[in-house]
Amino acid sequence: MPVLARVVEAAGISTVIVTMMPYFAEALGVARAVGVEFPFGHPLGHAGDRDEQMKVIGDALRVLRDAPAPGTVEHLLYEWPDFERWKTEWQPSEPSPVIALLRERRRAQAEG
Amino acid sequence: MSVDSFRWLPGAIAAYYRGLPLQKVDPIPWAPLAKPIEKCRFALVTTAGLYMKDCDPSFDLDGERRNPFWGDPSYRVIPREARQEEVGVAHLHINAADLLADMNVALPVQRFLELEAAGKIGSLAPSHYAFMGYQPDTSEWEKRYAPEMARRMKDEGVDAAVLTPT
Repeated sequence: MPVLARVVEAAGISTVIVTMMPYFAEALGVARAVGVEFPFGHPLGHAGDRDEQMKVIGDALRVLRDAPAPGTVEHLLYEWPDFERWKTEWQPSEPSPVIALLRERRRAQAEG
Repeated sequence: MSVDSFRWLPGAIAAYYRGLPLQKVDPIPWAPLAKPIEKCRFALVTTAGLYMKDCDPSFDLDGERRNPFWGDPSYRVIPREARQEEVGVAHLHINAADLLADMNVALPVQRFLELEAAGKIGSLAPSHYAFMGYQPDTSEWEKRYAPEMARRMKDEGVDAAVLTPT
């Protein structure tokens, strides 16, 4: 996503990213971003929670407007309850092809 | 306090991501906001793998199954009129249930239409953009698809874009 944002920004369009992984926004360099500690697939919060979505959007638009310089990344401290359930709930029901392949390789390696 | 980017990941995957060699771009492209938010036209971009079920093909998930180190780099346009039931999700790395119930968690078209109606933004552009976020190699994004999207945004008079990786 930093790649997409940079190309759009370079075309003269102001960008702000809402990301679960501000680590990468900071390490790779983007014009503006806000970080949220939400499970993957949920950058704006819970399904059906209009108020939460609007709050995150409001923060993103504030950073879009007020960021003083490229590389502005603000961490938003919204909470996502029920971590134990959601640390698996966000994942697909079947492992993705790359995860399945890497697990298979590790198993084969362990069996020597 | 800061956001833990790795909190939701299994330990081995978190360790892999933390170990990636990363190079910061210098200079970072910078387009200062040219007008007040209330006058800006917005476009939305997500990597949730959304597509319009009735008129567009899905993303190439079979290609990814054949080569797990490849992800379909193309994008789909989601019009501002898109209704929830018209939108599909093609993404093998996340649970799509909430996106299928409420796409606004990743592509907040309804929220931005509400902001438009309330006069809090200038307008929402006709077209929005969905990529599929599993991209071991982003060179096609950089060379082809992102410039194409940016041109389309310019054609539609877009001033600002909100990007929501998933």
